Amino acid sequence: MKRAPSHSYPGINLGEGHASAHKASEVVTFGFWVFLMSDLVYFGLMFAIYITMIDAQVGGPGPHELFDLKSIFAQTLILLTSSLTVGLAMLALKYNLPRARIVLWFGVTLVLGLSFLVLEIRDFINMAELGGMPQRSGFLSAYYGLVPLHGLHVAAGCIWLIVLGLQLRIMGMTDLVISRVVRLALFWHFLDLIWIGIITIVYFGGLAYG
Amino acid sequence: MDRRTDMHRRERRRYVIGYGGSLLLTFVVFGIAYQFGIETPGVYMTIGLLGLAQLVVQLVYFLHIDRRRSSREDLDLILFSTLVLLIIIGGTIWVLGNLAMRMHMHVM
Repeated sequence: MKRAPSHSYPGINLGEGHASAHKASEVVTFGFWVFLMSDLVYFGLMFAIYITMIDAQVGGPGPHELFDLKSIFAQTLILLTSSLTVGLAMLALKYNLPRARIVLWFGVTLVLGLSFLVLEIRDFINMAELGGMPQRSGFLSAYYGLVPLHGLHVAAGCIWLIVLGLQLRIMGMTDLVISRVVRLALFWHFLDLIWIGIITIVYFGGLAYG
Repeated sequence: MDRRTDMHRRERRRYVIGYGGSLLLTFVVFGIAYQFGIETPGVYMTIGLLGLAQLVVQLVYFLHIDRRRSSREDLDLILFSTLVLLIIIGGTIWVLGNLAMRMHMHVM
């Protein structure tokens, strides 16, 4: 792989300040990117199922009864902001800012991720109260196959963040840990990309065609 | 100001620009949906295109994917995955839509 040393994998690159960690990250981060792209295909399948199921409501509650755009808007802003804070955390790491700054930005990211999950779960509970359970119709099965799948990814990201926080504390800023943090940041940005697909296709698409 | 703080500043600005752009697009999308109603013809098409624009903004400013030689492989991978996705999604909609039409269900 012939790539410029300054930029050799997606997402933020550690560069010369962390030369050995940068080197350690190169191949694995590209491999992780391959994984993310196959994850994208999995999400794509769920999107395809949802699109074909939009009309399969068999008299059950549909998008207009179930979707709460205010909550979706709040979730969008939260996730987008967390994408910024994870980037700022990576920059703090890259430029060797005081450890408190790094911890602060990762902490904010974690809090935002958890608040996103709280809002999303509250939405599911509200939907269930309106009769929007997965077994009610093909449309709802497809919805619950896709949106909570993204939620699960966010939950996994939060757990990952906590584990890496502990590793940073116990093992210190070793090349291995730093290179794991690089991949976590990539994963987090990826989740925001999927979320854009979800608001566009699941929520707005559902409201437009459901 | 030494070179590293300068670079830091530049990279941070990049994230903030990406965030501002995404934020703006999000507000416009929800604003359009709220103002005109999602079922007005053309509104959903606009929202879809703005969503696509936001994907590009985040890929460029957050994930640092561009057409520079060094990140070409990542871009190739994205383009290939997109091709696979288009075949999967387009094919599914085509086949199932056609089936629904022949079964005289009013779908899609």
